Amino acid sequence: MYVAVKGGERAISAAHAWLDETRRGDPAVPELTVAQIEQQMGLAVDRVMAEGSCHDRFLAALAIKQAKGDLIEAAFLLRAYRTTLPRFGASEPLDTGAMRLRRRISATYKDLPGGQVLGPTFDYTHRLLDFALAAEGAPPAAAPEAETPVASTPRVTELLAREGLMQREPADPGEPGDLTRQPLAFPAPRDVRLQNLARGDEGFVLALGYSTQRGYGGNHPFVGEIRVGHVAVEFTPPELGFPIDIGEIGITECQMVNQFKGSRTEPPQFTRGYGLVFGHGERRAMSMALVDRALRSAELGEDVTAPAQDQEFVLYHSDNIEASGFVEHLKLPHYVDFQSELENLRTIRAALVREAMPEAAE
Amino acid sequence: MTGALLTAEGLDLHFGAIPALVDVAIDVAEGEVVAIVGESGSGKTTLLRVLSGQMAPDAGTVRWLGQDVHGMGEAARRRLMRTDWGFVHQNPRDGLRLNVSAGGNVGERLMAVGARHYGNIRAQALEWLAKVEVDATRIDDLPRTFSGGMQQRLQIARTLVTRPRLVFMDEPTGGLDVSVQARLLDLIRGLSRELGLSVLIVTHDIAAARLLADRILVMRRGRVVEQGLTDRVLDDPQHPYTQLLVSSVLAA
Amino acid sequence: MNAPMEGYNFAYLDEATKRMLRRTILKAVAVPGHQIPFGAREMPLPYGWGTGGIQVTAAILGPADTLKVIDQGADDTTNAISIRRFFTRVAGVATTERTEDATIIQTRHRIPEAPLREDQVLVYQVPQPEPLSKLEPRRAETKRLHALADYGLMHVRLYEDIARLGHIAKAYDYPVMVNGRYLMSPSPIPAFDNPKMHRMAALQLFGAGREKRIYAIPPYTEVRSLDFEDHPFRPIRAPQACALCGSRESYLDEVITDDRGGRVFVCSDTDYCGTRVAARKGAA
Repeated sequence: MYVAVKGGERAISAAHAWLDETRRGDPAVPELTVAQIEQQMGLAVDRVMAEGSCHDRFLAALAIKQAKGDLIEAAFLLRAYRTTLPRFGASEPLDTGAMRLRRRISATYKDLPGGQVLGPTFDYTHRLLDFALAAEGAPPAAAPEAETPVASTPRVTELLAREGLMQREPADPGEPGDLTRQPLAFPAPRDVRLQNLARGDEGFVLALGYSTQRGYGGNHPFVGEIRVGHVAVEFTPPELGFPIDIGEIGITECQMVNQFKGSRTEPPQFTRGYGLVFGHGERRAMSMALVDRALRSAELGEDVTAPAQDQEFVLYHSDNIEASGFVEHLKLPHYVDFQSELENLRTIRAALVREAMPEAAE
Repeated sequence: MTGALLTAEGLDLHFGAIPALVDVAIDVAEGEVVAIVGESGSGKTTLLRVLSGQMAPDAGTVRWLGQDVHGMGEAARRRLMRTDWGFVHQNPRDGLRLNVSAGGNVGERLMAVGARHYGNIRAQALEWLAKVEVDATRIDDLPRTFSGGMQQRLQIARTLVTRPRLVFMDEPTGGLDVSVQARLLDLIRGLSRELGLSVLIVTHDIAAARLLADRILVMRRGRVVEQGLTDRVLDDPQHPYTQLLVSSVLAA
Repeated sequence: MNAPMEGYNFAYLDEATKRMLRRTILKAVAVPGHQIPFGAREMPLPYGWGTGGIQVTAAILGPADTLKVIDQGADDTTNAISIRRFFTRVAGVATTERTEDATIIQTRHRIPEAPLREDQVLVYQVPQPEPLSKLEPRRAETKRLHALADYGLMHVRLYEDIARLGHIAKAYDYPVMVNGRYLMSPSPIPAFDNPKMHRMAALQLFGAGREKRIYAIPPYTEVRSLDFEDHPFRPIRAPQACALCGSRESYLDEVITDDRGGRVFVCSDTDYCGTRVAARKGAA
C-alpha cells in the first residue's frame, strides 16, 4: 500500500549540514578569513555592497564567505540583514565634488582642471593569466606616487552647465523617495529610478545600457567624467540641528553627457545620464548612467520605443534578489497546479477523441 | 438644432504655435451622417479625437445629450465609448485585438456591457459577421490572417454589435484598394440606414463623402470654412478652398 | 511555547513595519478584492517563496496564536516546514498540523478541505496578485482597468477558451469577482478550491511580497468564479478516490509509483486525510 512521503524536516536539516561542509571544502586547505575576502576580493565586496544596498565591507565579505562566493546570494544575505536595522534618518546629499579621488577620468576633454587620474584600473592591462599569482609570494612593490596631490577638480558637467550647454538639474529636488519603504508606482520619479538602478543587477543594467548603444533607444553618450574615491557622509541629528561628519564611504560616480535636440520650450543642449554606486564599480556606474538617460526619454519628449526606455520593464526587472527568488521558486512544489492542468488536458483530449471517433467512444 | 445628439461649440486647440482647431462648432442629429472633409493637416482627425473625448480642447465644449463630454470623467467616458458610441479607426489594427479570434473581437463589446451567455454571444457574432460579409467559417480565426478589407469590416462589426447611437469613423477606407473601398462604403451606407445610426466620418475622399453624408463640413487649417447639405456644398461650393477640393476630384 | 530567537523583535518584523502592514490589511479588508500597495520588506526568505504571506502572518500573529503552514495542502512539504520553523524561531508561537486547532493558517496553493471558522484567518502566499497580468503586462494600465471595472478583456480570454477548446481551460489561479466589484486572483489554488472562498466564515488575507500588494476577502463576502450562463464554472478534480482515506470529495495528488504507468491518487490535504484514516481506524 502507498505510504505518503514524510520526513521533510529531517531532510532539510541534513541538506543544510551538507551545505556547511561543502562551504568549507577540503579541511586540508586553510580556511579563508573574512579579512582576506575584504582585502583581496575587494571588487566582489563592492558589488555585494551595491546590490545588497548596504555599505559595510565587513558584512559584505562575511556574506560572500557564507554564500560560497555566489554574489547574488551574498547580496541577498546583506539585504535581509539590512532590513532589520533601525533607521535614524537620511544623510545630507553627498558632495562628490569634494571627493578624495583615487581615479578621475574624462573622455570629453583631453585635459581639464585637476587632470586625468588613472588610479588602480584594469584598463590597458593585457588580459593574460598571470601564473606568478599562483605562487604566493611577497607583496608587489609599492606603486609610485604622484608628487603633488590633486587640488581642485571641478565636475565636467558643471563646466558645461556654466556655459548653458548642459541642462541644469533641479537645485532642491525635495526629499528623495525610498523604494524599500514605498512600492514602485508609475510613472516613477527620477530619484526612485536612480535608487532602483543603483541596487539593480549589474548584468541586467549593463545589458540594457549596451542595448542603447546598439540602437535600441540610443542617445549618443560621452563619458563626461568618472570619479572613484571616498566621500564624507554628513548627517544632521535633530538634537543638534547642524550637519556632522559621520565617516567616509567609497563610491563611483559617472556622468554621461548626451545630446538633446531641444523642444518647444527648451533650446538644444546636453543632458545628463547619472550613475552612482557603492565601492569601485565603473561598469555598473556607466551602465546606470546610460539607462538613467534612456529612462528620461518620456520626460524629454523623445519617443519611447526601446526596452531601456520603458520604465515598467526596466524597474520591475532590475532587482536580482526579486528576480532570482521568483525564478528559483519554480523549484518549489507545484503539484497541485500541475494536477489541475493534467486533469484539464485529459478532459480536453478525451473530448477531442470522442468528437473524432464517435463510434470508438461508444 | 432640435434632436441633436452631439453638439460642440467654440472648440480651440493649439499644438505649440500651430492652430489645430479654431472656433469650431458642429452638431450631429439622430440618424444623421456628417462628413468632415479636408486635406491632411487640416485638423479633421484632431476634431474627431476632441469630439470623441480622447483629447481635451484648450477651449470650448462638447456635449453628448447635453452632458459635458470632457467634464464627465474617464470612467463615464469609457462607458459611453462601449455603449452609445463606437469608434472605427483608419487602421483596423488599432481597433481590433489581433491575438483574439474574429468572434472574440465582436463578442468583446457585448461582454463589456454584461452579456454572459456564450451561445448568445456567439450567435450575435455570427449574425454580425454575416452582415459585414465575413464568412461564418472564419469566426475562430485570428484577424491577422484576414485581408485589409476584411479586417476593416470586422472592426465595423465589432463596433456596431452593441448598437451604438453615434459612430465616429476616421478615414475608414483609408488604407484600402479602390475596389475594396467601394464595397466598404456601400456596406457602411447600408448599415447606417438600416440601424438609423448617426455617423461622424472624417475623410479626404470627396466621393466617399458624397455617397455617405447628409451634411458636409469643410476644414482648412483648423477652421470650418464651409458647411451645408452634401449636394449643395459639392455642387455649388462657395469657399474657394472647397471649390479647389471639388475641382481636384473632378479633374482626377 | 518556545523561546523566540535573540536579537529579533517578536515575529521578526519591527513594530513600525507591523503597524504599516496592519494599516494596509485594514484598507484591504475595507475594499474587498482590491490590491493595496505596501512597502514590502526584504525578508530572509527568497521572493516567490512566501515573503508576502510571511509578512501578513507576522503582522497579525500574537503570542497566543496557533499557526499552521501548508504548501500544496500538506504540512510536511519543504517550504511549509521552512516557514513554520521560521515562525517558531522568531516568534516562538505554538504550531499545529491540525486545521481545526489553528488560529492562523498560512497556505500556498490550497484551501483546507475542512470548512474554516470565524475565529480563523487564512493567509495566502501570492506570486502574482494581478489577475490581468497575462493579458496586460503594464501595471499603470491594469490599475486603470480595475478603477473603471473594465474587465471585458478577461471575459474575452474565457470566450476564446470555449471557442477553441470547448470549455474554460483555466485550471488554477482561476479569476474571481469579489463583492461584485473587483476582479481578483485567488492565487494559484486549483479552481476546485474556488467555491470555498465564497462566503467563507474566516477572514482571507493575500500577501504578495515581490509585487508588494496585499488584498483581502472579509468573512461572508460574495466570491464568484467568472463564467458564462451556458458554460458554468466547474471545479475539476481527478475522478478517483483517495488511496488512503477513500475520499471522493477532496482534491487529489497523483503519485507515480513505478515506471510502468503505476499511479495512485491521494488527498493533497494531509490533515484532512490523516483525520479520516484515524477515524476509520478508531471505528474499526
